[in-house]
Amino acid sequence: MVIDCKHVWNNISGYLDGALDPAVLQQVQKHLEHCGICSAILDSTRNILILTADDRVFELPLGYSSRLHARLEAEIQGMSLS
Amino acid sequence: MTQTLEGRDEAQMIASILAGDSQQFHQLIRPYERSVYVMALSMLRNEADAEDAAQEACLKAYRSLANFRADSKFGTWLISITLNVARNRLRRNRLMHMESLDIPSEEDGHVSPALLRDWREVPLEILERAEVRQILRRAIAALPEIYREVFLLRDVEELSIKEAAQALRVSDSVVKVRLHRARTMLQKTLAPELKGLVPQKGRWFPWL
Repeated sequence: MVIDCKHVWNNISGYLDGALDPAVLQQVQKHLEHCGICSAILDSTRNILILTADDRVFELPLGYSSRLHARLEAEIQGMSLS
Repeated sequence: MTQTLEGRDEAQMIASILAGDSQQFHQLIRPYERSVYVMALSMLRNEADAEDAAQEACLKAYRSLANFRADSKFGTWLISITLNVARNRLRRNRLMHMESLDIPSEEDGHVSPALLRDWREVPLEILERAEVRQILRRAIAALPEIYREVFLLRDVEELSIKEAAQALRVSDSVVKVRLHRARTMLQKTLAPELKGLVPQKGRWFPWL
């Protein structure tokens, strides 16, 4: 069965997660082989996921960890005293 | 979650903490500190609020550790507490500012991706530029809440579909639908914007 681009777009997320049914996967792969637009959409979506997953995107504020543990320590001490 | 958790027996750590070795709680949460902050920041969009919410979530987890059930991972449970803390704060802020709820319906229109012919490679060094990190954070922050949270859990914090569903208390299929929308929305916003910033070497056909 030949599928159109919109059908492929609807399955890009499932494709990236490796979660498509074998029959759908085969259709999508076949389409991607000859459709430059869809394979570029797939690549750019994958690129964006790679970029957003990088630890550099969200930086922790300086001293975050020590402030967190200090507050926890106060709680732990307080609770064990009570 | 970048830190490796292999070899940790979290059930044992939790049992020790509940039995009185409270100090172990510091070690228990260390690998999740970053996730807790990132989730809170992405929901609240403000660093000071996010840090405060992250602390509140960890304290809550400590106080209610006895209620933790081993049917989910500790990390998933902690993230779901964080989401609740952040949502409560958002609700409070909205009441204060009378803002609209920003929750689109599940069936809200179809999102089409940006049509690009060639942006096949991603040079990770572009992340050295503060401008690029800012663009990514802004695009994630601009997602409606229900899409933002699922995207962060799955694609930033790398939870499985099942774990994300547990943290959000929704079904696996709801996670999949929302994740798909979130990714498509980000592709649509970010692909054209980032493509302009990626050094162009003509058309890229890396397989040639």
